[in-house]
Amino acid sequence: MNLTLKIWRQNGSSDKGRMVTYRVEDVSPDMSFLEMLDVLNERLILAGDDPVAFDHDCREGICGMCGMVINGVAHGEQKLTTTCQLHMRHFKDGDVITIEPWRSAAFPVIKDLVVNRSAFDRIIQAGGFISVPTGSAPEAHSVPVPKADADAAFDAATCIGCGACVAACPNGSASLFTAAKITHLGLLPQGQPERESRARAMVEQMDAEGFGGCTNTGECTAVCPKGIPFDTIARMNADYLKAASK
Amino acid sequence: MSLPGTYRVGEPIRDTKAPEGPIEDRWDKRRFQAKLVNPVNKRKLTVIVVGTGLAGGSAAATLGELGYKVKSFCYQDSPRRAHSIAAQGGINAAKNYRGDGDSIYRLFYDTVKGGDYRARESNVYRLAQVSVNIIDQAVAQGVPFAREYGGLLDTRSFGGTQVSRTFYARGQTGQQLLLGAYQALERQVAAGNVEVHTRHEMLELIVSGGRARGIVVRDMVTGEIETHLADAVVLASGGYGNVFFLSTNAKGCNTTAIWRAHKKGAYFGNPCYTQIHPTCIPQSGDHQSKLTLMSESLRNDGRVWVPKRKGDDRAPGDIPEGERDYYLERIYPAFGNLVPRDIASRAAKNVCDEGRGVGPGGLGVYLDFADAIRRMGRDAVEKKYGNLFEMYERITGENPYEVPMRIYPAVHYTMGGLWVDYDLQSTIPGLFVIGEANFSDHGANRLGASALMQGLADGYFVLPTTIGDYLAGAGSFGPVEEGDVAEARKAVQDKIDKLLSVNGDRTADSYHRELGRIMWDYCGMERTEESLRKALERIPELREEFWNNVKVPGDAEGLNQALERAGRVADFLELAELMCIDALHRTESCGGHFRAESQDADGEALRDDENFAYVAAWEWTPDGPVLHKEELNYEYVKMTQRSYK
Repeated sequence: MNLTLKIWRQNGSSDKGRMVTYRVEDVSPDMSFLEMLDVLNERLILAGDDPVAFDHDCREGICGMCGMVINGVAHGEQKLTTTCQLHMRHFKDGDVITIEPWRSAAFPVIKDLVVNRSAFDRIIQAGGFISVPTGSAPEAHSVPVPKADADAAFDAATCIGCGACVAACPNGSASLFTAAKITHLGLLPQGQPERESRARAMVEQMDAEGFGGCTNTGECTAVCPKGIPFDTIARMNADYLKAASK
Repeated sequence: MSLPGTYRVGEPIRDTKAPEGPIEDRWDKRRFQAKLVNPVNKRKLTVIVVGTGLAGGSAAATLGELGYKVKSFCYQDSPRRAHSIAAQGGINAAKNYRGDGDSIYRLFYDTVKGGDYRARESNVYRLAQVSVNIIDQAVAQGVPFAREYGGLLDTRSFGGTQVSRTFYARGQTGQQLLLGAYQALERQVAAGNVEVHTRHEMLELIVSGGRARGIVVRDMVTGEIETHLADAVVLASGGYGNVFFLSTNAKGCNTTAIWRAHKKGAYFGNPCYTQIHPTCIPQSGDHQSKLTLMSESLRNDGRVWVPKRKGDDRAPGDIPEGERDYYLERIYPAFGNLVPRDIASRAAKNVCDEGRGVGPGGLGVYLDFADAIRRMGRDAVEKKYGNLFEMYERITGENPYEVPMRIYPAVHYTMGGLWVDYDLQSTIPGLFVIGEANFSDHGANRLGASALMQGLADGYFVLPTTIGDYLAGAGSFGPVEEGDVAEARKAVQDKIDKLLSVNGDRTADSYHRELGRIMWDYCGMERTEESLRKALERIPELREEFWNNVKVPGDAEGLNQALERAGRVADFLELAELMCIDALHRTESCGGHFRAESQDADGEALRDDENFAYVAAWEWTPDGPVLHKEELNYEYVKMTQRSYK
């Protein structure tokens, strides 16, 4: 396949940035999207041009490091898919593809498609954990967990922290990310003692980071590569309200 | 420079610091003997931890909690991205929740045997002991392990074992365990005990007064070269399987941290031990940038087969039962599809070498779920393995519910790494190495679901105890010499300047691909004297060409991913040579190291315990490597030929 790529190039957070058009030829349908960009970059390097910077690591859809807006959709149009798991067989010869970074005031661009998502780490620091010092844990079977709760907690726990939810949200809200963690820990008996203080601290940190508010547009779940359920946000709000009203 | 493949033999390693006495008491004894640091003094001591995977993340969190000042470093944008996150299958623990005859002793026994008697008994016993606490710790953190309807933890069995001791969280066990460690780490960040430096790459170790006292890193965003000093340094930087270019490792996994420490005096243990994983999605073309693993747990229900007839290119559904060869079940009736990884990998290679492989290029075997779907129903299969099936379909475009998966072996894990003693300390005092970055515990082959166990055992429980013993003497260390810092910084700067100045006409990636091909062909699943000698001729040539002809664009200011990659490839080009020298000198087969000259009449790996029951610990010198042997003694597990028949 031969493709035309329109890629956002930006040299640092203070640079204005612009779209630049590139041609790539001989793209195999078996390539992943990132492998297609690798091919482009090899050619740019040999031509003495600056290769396109993008984040990626595991390339198997789990580390959450990759992420770009492809044709206007975070991680591209294929549902439940990270950019690294998107394959070129879903594109056609002659396609024009636009590629942009996550856009959010809370995720400043570092270079080209690379953004700074440290705000997510700070939301976790605010309370996205269970306070258990190493070595003091009780025997694992001392607290049974109903299978349904464990499964529901797991569904929320699969969030990979990629930030697609923020990129897709018209308000730039981090609610789905934050709610996923609050739901994961809040559904387990181990997470109960800190359930309300956790929700309160994490929501407040999310706001402090400059993420927008949630207006239930649902764009976040539509692009989430892990299918984090939308009702986690309702759960977060309920826990937060309970904590805030005390 | 030495001639290819030559080395000198140095003094043997006599003391590994393992306590004497009954094996079950040794860890208790060590813990009691370890000197303690008083809480007030802990605050004055700084520990650097490089890497934030299961080992590094859990170690940094625990050390922070204990009261030390911790500086943690990772090259990713967040500690949560470390490659431990991609581990699918599970984590072993000797809980015996199933009452199926498991015990600490049995996990110890299986691990020593599985490692083909090339691991230390004392270490492995401790690993099995501590495994029990890991599950407790993770559950308390909220790791959502699979559960039974009664609310208790579910387990499954894994390759190389006949008991059900593997705890799992769907196919994302590594992710959930890593998030547990990451959250514990971030909690310590909030408490002010740990500083995390993301997008920082360690490029040099600072040794002063004979001790590890700091590191030189590059801030990958600003390009700034920074110095960080400490009282001890912990490397938890993972394995070096990416020396093969194609592997199941994340793209960023590299050897730089441990290799540069090796060149500063840390011995490298058993570099040739590479685990080839049997259940990988086969390569699809030259563009391929990495390989994707399918969890080994699939072998619990999937059946592995190839056509009986060579060159049978019918669709799998058109091949009748009688014309299929379920070769693992045929050759290894006791373990069947659950034989250990080295055995399953080589068996796949053998049937493909016979011309019975399936898929493009004949490099693949079927992993078939048709029987499981008939037996359990599609829904049950989907519940158990759904996410893995989806991943397979995404990558190959084939639906594994309808046609069997195709799998082929691929480089997965390196059992070799920096040599450490029982305390996890390298040959440089104050340099500790944990997780996949060290050589210990797995011997020549790692059992499935044991990597997560070792990473967390080291990070949560072993290192925090043993490093205290070392730090208790920190008062006598003396200041870090400025000259030692300057020298380390200069080495880093010189290397970067050199890489940027070559301005040749090949990319670093193209050299990496070529090196990977050499390593896979000549030092891969099967090695021979001839192939290794070929590799040892080719690697120095390639290295020389690299330094004369690599093209690294841009400058050292700011984000330059091509520069990062070139530095790592330069280190792989040196490590590869040591791997081949180690593989060449070990004229026996064991675990992941299969020397074709050393096999029995059935084609099984043939060990030579008489001559090779030792750890090969390599010292770097400007005149070539020096081999120090650490003899392995087996007091509890009798060395026998492994048999899974």
